[in-house]
Amino acid sequence: MKLLRPLIFPLLALAAAFLVGSVVILLIGDDPIETYALLIGSALSWPDGIGYTLFYATPLIFTGLAVAVAFRCGLLNIGAEGQLVAATFATAWAGITFAGLSPWLLIPLCCLSAVFTGAAWGAVPGVLRARFGAHEVITTIMMNFIAVALASYFTQYHYKTPGDAILQTKTIPDGTHIARLGKLLPGFPERIPLNLSFFLALLACVFVWIFLWHTRWGYEIRATGANPSAAEYGGISTARQIIIAMAVSGGLAGMVGIGEVLGYRYRYYDGFSSGFGFTGIAVALLGRNHPVGVLLAAILFGAFLRGALFVDIFTEHVSKDLVLVLQAVIILFVASEALFRGWRSSRLKGKI
Amino acid sequence: MAHCSGTGGGAPLPGAGRAMGEGMGVRPRLAFADRLGIPSPCYQREGKTPAPMIELRNITKRFGNVLANDRVSLKVEPGTIHAIVGENGAGKSTAMRIAYGFYAADDGQILLDGSVRRIASPQDAIDLHIGMVHQHFMLVETMTVAENIVLGAEPGGAVSLDLKGAEARVRALSEELGLKVDPRARIEDLSVGQQQRVELLKALYRQARLLILDEPTAVLTPQEVSELFAILRRMREQGKTVVIITHKLSEVLAISDEVTVMRDGKVVGNRETKKTNAAELALLMVGRDVLLRVEKTPAQPGAAVLAVKGLTVTAPGGARPLDGVSFTVHGGEIVGVAGVEGNGQTELIEALAGLVPPSRITGSVLLAGEEIARLNALQRKERRIAHVPEDRHRRGLLLDFDLAENTILGFHHGAPVAVGPGHVWLDQAAIAKKAEHIVRDFDVRPPDVTLPARALSGGNQQKLIIGRELDLQPRLLLVAQPTRGVDIGAIEFIHRQLLALRDAGCAILLVSAELEEVTALSDRLLVVHQGKIVREVDPAATSTADIGLLMTGGVP
Repeated sequence: MKLLRPLIFPLLALAAAFLVGSVVILLIGDDPIETYALLIGSALSWPDGIGYTLFYATPLIFTGLAVAVAFRCGLLNIGAEGQLVAATFATAWAGITFAGLSPWLLIPLCCLSAVFTGAAWGAVPGVLRARFGAHEVITTIMMNFIAVALASYFTQYHYKTPGDAILQTKTIPDGTHIARLGKLLPGFPERIPLNLSFFLALLACVFVWIFLWHTRWGYEIRATGANPSAAEYGGISTARQIIIAMAVSGGLAGMVGIGEVLGYRYRYYDGFSSGFGFTGIAVALLGRNHPVGVLLAAILFGAFLRGALFVDIFTEHVSKDLVLVLQAVIILFVASEALFRGWRSSRLKGKI
Repeated sequence: MAHCSGTGGGAPLPGAGRAMGEGMGVRPRLAFADRLGIPSPCYQREGKTPAPMIELRNITKRFGNVLANDRVSLKVEPGTIHAIVGENGAGKSTAMRIAYGFYAADDGQILLDGSVRRIASPQDAIDLHIGMVHQHFMLVETMTVAENIVLGAEPGGAVSLDLKGAEARVRALSEELGLKVDPRARIEDLSVGQQQRVELLKALYRQARLLILDEPTAVLTPQEVSELFAILRRMREQGKTVVIITHKLSEVLAISDEVTVMRDGKVVGNRETKKTNAAELALLMVGRDVLLRVEKTPAQPGAAVLAVKGLTVTAPGGARPLDGVSFTVHGGEIVGVAGVEGNGQTELIEALAGLVPPSRITGSVLLAGEEIARLNALQRKERRIAHVPEDRHRRGLLLDFDLAENTILGFHHGAPVAVGPGHVWLDQAAIAKKAEHIVRDFDVRPPDVTLPARALSGGNQQKLIIGRELDLQPRLLLVAQPTRGVDIGAIEFIHRQLLALRDAGCAILLVSAELEEVTALSDRLLVVHQGKIVREVDPAATSTADIGLLMTGGVP
């Protein structure tokens, strides 16, 4: 029961979202039950539904964790998008630039460049916040624009295959591709792009859990987020924790690049991210900034993305934007929980 | 009614409190067995006296799962000063806020002058001539006294404002009571005590006949307290009725005619002040016998542990909240710091604890001969300087973390809590062990280390912090406001802990806004005013009045 309690509000939010969504579907002129059956059925079918759901969920797990770690330090990292764009470009860059290396060296190198570029991109707003008090919401948004612009520029003018009409880099060597699940799982079709980076995402969840709750660093980050004055009293340098948390956050967001480049497109493709970094905020919020919650929320959102395509195609009127409505209602409800709690505790505060 | 007979505990005092009405003299102290009971039936005097000014009947109020008021019934006679005492969370303020229309009662009635009234909002209360002075003043700092007083009840026409007339009325009211408040002064230029008088004037300007004061003395110096009491007595002479909420028993005995004691949301006793004493009231408040006086042996000071020379803290604006203080604290003694809050005590403790950036500090701080003025908080903790901060919510605790995680704050970076290479891993078993032993030794209730710190009462939170800091086996303990917002039972426990630590040879620097506490515990007392030490006094040989005078910059 104690374990289930944190799930109550997100589940209520989910139910409310489906309720509001069915009103929308009725207004548009379709049958809600049929539409939802399509949405859920297509997202959970084996193997395609589940395969694609988890494939879509993978980047959201990384960005959800990224936002959650920053949030545990009291920071709102709106910049996961920029961090993952910079990291993804850096992954492709490493793969192209050091194409001559053995895959045994090149794959780790690509992974490291993803993580470290993301971490560096996250650490910059962290330093600005810690040293100069510049608010991370503003600076991370600005860093997003910088990342996207720089990646497009370098792709266009330095790393494109000459004559290619699409804004994308050259590909990385074949040997650096990480395996799709179809290679490992008998009977799982290889056309589904779900790859090993999903397991990396699961490992990242475990890592974040251990990092936050079982290491001194995690304790210091959480203490800083919970009460900076008390953290200072406890001998914790809050400035340092802010930088560390933003770097870890950026590094996690950067891991999106590993799946994208080594596991899916094998190159940097401009505009590959459909707002993974921003959806990550919603994922973290719904997942209560806890790795398990993030994992579940990311899979839910992955299922929405998968199901949306089928709703789009097979219903008469409803478009795939239905899932945006569902997401929005969920976020509203989860956010209103904070309001609800604030209201209750302010009522209680007056008790003495 | 057999249980109304007198007890052996002292002869009944003759005469009743003034304006208590006839028949009061026959109300003796209750037998011990009845002390914890509900108001005795011999307290009823229906049909004999004028109706009470205000009467609460079975007021019940629930906040979520908390029963803040459980069938609270009390009567306040007209023309008296009535004290309501109880520990924090006993429900005193809730009951009075219901009377003032701040909260709506779930159940029960309020009677004014004998008839049932509905008080749904503070406006209703004001219309019924009830005034309330809150613990936190509700004044506009940049406006004048007169402007504040008329705010919401502006004299004059629809567009004009008759401030001249208002000023005259305020001046008249002020002189009548000897308040000495200039209606044209700006609030921000007034002392806290004067601001409180403005609040009083505000209520009187609205023709309050019943005034409720919520913890009015918490922010005042001893001089201001006695001035306030003189004002309240004059108001009583004018026929006003005063309800004063407090948890300080000495004040109850000094000012009130009658006292109602609350505990756990219930009224547990009603007494005529003249016929009770501090011990009985404390027993009612806490539900068990409490040692009110601190009992201590003379200090056995050892070598100097802390030597401070010319310590100055400069605020970002250039002001010096702490201005060149020098003193020493020896092992085995408690050195107290007395002063009106905001006279450098906070900065002193924070500077000694390493929480003020070195760039803002000048002067020297020697710990057993070693210069530590530039060390950070962590390095000082490593040198066994413990610190019980003045604000446990802001500094001392991570309210959303569980008790176990709170007991390692400041200890999380080394053995036995953090283990492995670079002390990276938190050893959960070691943390639980440490937490459980602190919770057990310091009687933290409930003793469940998985609860969030937020779930504990103030007293238990403070015991947790003190347990954590004493676990360091400190050489020097910096302790600020150790019993603020802490109930009487825990105060006693904390005082005993501090004295035991002193007797074990620790040097203790104690800052407290409670003058009684700081004089009772300290072996030497430093009086501070405007960031400077104005004098060192022997707390046992100096009167409270003299210390109070020194605190406000006077010379006794």
